[in-house]
Amino acid sequence: MVSQEAPGPSVQVPVPRVEREALRPPSEEEAVIEVRGLSAWYGPFRAVKGIDLRVPRRRITAIIGPSGSGKSTLIRCLNRMHELVPGARVEGQVLFEGQDIYAPGVDPVEVRSRIGMVFQKPNPFPKSIFENVAFGLRINGYRGNLREAVERSLRAAALWDEVRDKLGQNALRLSGGQQQRLCIARAIAVEPEVVLMDEPCSALDPIATLKIEDLMRELSERYTIVIVTHNMQQAARVSDYTAVLMMDEDRAGYLVEFGPTREVFTNPRDPRTEAYITGRIG
Amino acid sequence: MTRTLLQQELTEVQEEMMVMAEMVASAIERSIRALKERDVELARQIIADDMKVNEKRYGIEDRCLEIIATQQPMASDLRTIISVLYIIVDLERMGDHAEGIAKLAILLADEPPLKPYIDIPRMAQVAIAMLRDAVEAFRRRDPQMAREVSNRDDEVDALYDQVYRELLTFMLQDPRTIQRATWLTWVAHNLERIADRATNICERVVYLVEGRIQEMNVSKY
Repeated sequence: MVSQEAPGPSVQVPVPRVEREALRPPSEEEAVIEVRGLSAWYGPFRAVKGIDLRVPRRRITAIIGPSGSGKSTLIRCLNRMHELVPGARVEGQVLFEGQDIYAPGVDPVEVRSRIGMVFQKPNPFPKSIFENVAFGLRINGYRGNLREAVERSLRAAALWDEVRDKLGQNALRLSGGQQQRLCIARAIAVEPEVVLMDEPCSALDPIATLKIEDLMRELSERYTIVIVTHNMQQAARVSDYTAVLMMDEDRAGYLVEFGPTREVFTNPRDPRTEAYITGRIG
Repeated sequence: MTRTLLQQELTEVQEEMMVMAEMVASAIERSIRALKERDVELARQIIADDMKVNEKRYGIEDRCLEIIATQQPMASDLRTIISVLYIIVDLERMGDHAEGIAKLAILLADEPPLKPYIDIPRMAQVAIAMLRDAVEAFRRRDPQMAREVSNRDDEVDALYDQVYRELLTFMLQDPRTIQRATWLTWVAHNLERIADRATNICERVVYLVEGRIQEMNVSKY
């Protein structure tokens, strides 16, 4: 609507720019996992170095960065999966609820039951849907009602309605997206505190991906979620906090920026983050 | 339904916009009341409150940018965000016009009354109704309603003509009224601008639903 401004009084006041609400990284108390000076090697090759990171409780934290920046290595260090690779080792600390999971005497199996993991490719066991979810409960000597626990987990993983009538069916007959939700149900069946997800959607189609993302949102009301994704848009859509990794000259990954996702994607502090998320590097 | 977070954020940002629209409608209403009742205190309050309207605008803008940056809205979702971004600018400027009327009400309160106010409150009534209905058309996604609302701008323009002619007569008859009559012309001008900006909102409704920008009811002012 273009029209000529007739003469009139100046009715404008100076408009103050409203400061963004103060957003900050989580404090020590809000962190369920605190990574301190973490470096990880594969034999002589250092894949990540000097990582300091606080993972906030019941939030979704995304780890993004170019290929080879150590995202998967870092997430695998958070529940002692990294050391399963021959020749792999870790330096530094990973405090889970204040306890270093790498301290002598800590049982890695116990760590992994409290910090579960979901992988890139859905990996259900070649067993029934029911048995897939019940598996972890059985090996942990679960004494409650197994059926109820399985149903609870399948419901929480937004899969129950699709499989309630075929719990005895082989899990491998499910679609990729359903298999991945089954793996999430399996991971949360043992009531972990943290669920690590290593590119959980990269083998899924876009609709199945969006379903997993919605599911992550729901799960974050009860669990802390850390997700590694090469899909920057996914990190932007789904996470509360984002950690950006980059690779230095020795090809070791290091942390460039960590902060609330909305800050990282609208006004990153580090020019390398800016260059990465705008597609200039990486 | 997937993308619940995006849906929720879109809903929230539109609700915020409705709240802002109501803040502005109320500011216009109160500015005319301050003028009629020569209520300087109320006028000062409107001027102070305009800061809140401006803050609201920047808050909404921030959220829209966040949604674009993090949720990759497409098609009608994208048009919704873009429309909200444009509409809040119009709303903020309407708020400025209300503030302008409040400032004039303060000046006029120091002067003897020129005449009873009849057409100016009528202009205000139509302009405020246009604002509220334009926002309602947005909420309903109703381009037909939007077109009807924008047609009412003619009524405001006609009233503006009338007010102007009448005030001109006052000024010709008695030069001592020039100051007051000029101020009142400015009040009417602010109302005319408000109605024009309501038609801008109507244009956004058509854009939102039909995906094309169409200029509506070009004002003669």
